[in-house]
Amino acid sequence: METALPTVLGMALATRTDRRPSPARLLWRSTIGKKAVMAVTGLIMLLYLVSHLLGNLKVFAGPDEMNGYAHWLRTVGEPFLGHEWFVWLARCVLLAAVGLHGVSAYQLSRRDLAARPVPYAARRRATARDSYATRTMRWGGVILALFLVWHILDLTTGTVNPRGRAGHPYENIVATFSTWYGNAIYVVAMLALGLHVRHGFWSAAQTLGVNRPRRERALKATANALALVLTAGFLSIPLAVMTGVVS
Amino acid sequence: MNLRLRIWRQPGPAAEGALTSYDITGVSPDMSFLEMLDTLNEQLAERGEEPVAFDHDCREGVCGACGMVINGQAHGPERTTACQLHMRHFADGDTIVVEPWRAAAFPVLRDLVVDRGALDRIIGAGGYVTAPTGSAPEAHATPVPKESAETAFENAECIGCGACVAACPNGSAMLFTAAKVVHLGELPQGAPERDSRVLDMVGQMDTEGFGGCTNTGECATACPKGVPLPSIAAMNRDYLRAVRRGGGR
Repeated sequence: METALPTVLGMALATRTDRRPSPARLLWRSTIGKKAVMAVTGLIMLLYLVSHLLGNLKVFAGPDEMNGYAHWLRTVGEPFLGHEWFVWLARCVLLAAVGLHGVSAYQLSRRDLAARPVPYAARRRATARDSYATRTMRWGGVILALFLVWHILDLTTGTVNPRGRAGHPYENIVATFSTWYGNAIYVVAMLALGLHVRHGFWSAAQTLGVNRPRRERALKATANALALVLTAGFLSIPLAVMTGVVS
Repeated sequence: MNLRLRIWRQPGPAAEGALTSYDITGVSPDMSFLEMLDTLNEQLAERGEEPVAFDHDCREGVCGACGMVINGQAHGPERTTACQLHMRHFADGDTIVVEPWRAAAFPVLRDLVVDRGALDRIIGAGGYVTAPTGSAPEAHATPVPKESAETAFENAECIGCGACVAACPNGSAMLFTAAKVVHLGELPQGAPERDSRVLDMVGQMDTEGFGGCTNTGECATACPKGVPLPSIAAMNRDYLRAVRRGGGR
């Protein structure tokens, strides 16, 4: 202890003079910081999904209501904002969120995989805590990213939509869900979304330090409820088209 | 009890390793896992073979020296250290796979012995109170709220065995680092260095090549001392606050 003491003091004095990098750089360089980026961007996307679902459910009110809503979205903020400005603003925010989320996930995953270079020979028993949702976060995220590309080409640009008429989302939705592949892709993606949100929401709370022992159950219940409502809500639309409720 | 063991044998850090099978006889259900390995080593020595190297010290579950992955679980099927795991938890005729902790930050030195110096360097980066305090202070000199004392103690129980790293699918040392950050940050003696401590320790943790946390909870399930998962959330909270405040210097 007598000999160790000057070393400890020397270290403390030496480190006191160096400067830390800026907060943004510190966050982007550390694993916790990058996870915080993932948590915040994930929550932005989650918030968007909730409003997206509420908007989409207008499909049950008929073509006029749905198409009218889509038209109104392009006029939000007028005359302060120009035509479609709000939509493009939202798209920019979402694109940044998706980009940051994906890049962080990729970099963190590479780091995580490198941290266990030699796998265990004995298969570890899955514990109660290590759920299916937790194990599928990475590939589930890849599925969602691919779906996003398809979804935009299908219902935003109309490129791959069998009908693809701009300004007529109701008819485009019915058209895509009248094809087997349109339904299949959508159902798989929505199941992946539910699993991703189930672990992601709770994980974000843990990463941002919101979780505390007495909040753990409530946070997990909220994550499950969000996952269930989003998946069931989005799936109700292709189901309605398939059963003829919406046509 | 008679058992078949499949043990990772590796003569040195740079050497190739492999799982080697051994049949062991005369195991008592009252033996600890380490005593069972001692028995195996005696049998190996009698045959003129090299005994299996493994870390051990107190053998009463408080020092954190021992540690091995038994049938894919850190410290084996019971929530305790390998030295306090008894053979009664296995059945006669079982095959048991014994491997070292697997992590890029824990290089294998020999057989089941890994270099856990990375954990020491994380502690060295800030897991202490700088002020020299001499001998143990009088208990009531600095009042500590009961809840803080309990949280600090719960986290201070960490023995640094590395089971959290071994159990984590990402080889992450978040629970280990969190235990020390929360333990010291919760107490008045540790409060002045709270910001710089968490930044320095997390910085060192990242430098050592541990993975990040994906909140699987495997670490807290494997921890023989029951360091809770919310400690990681508490460390994240401390870290993000320290970044906002500019790092405490």
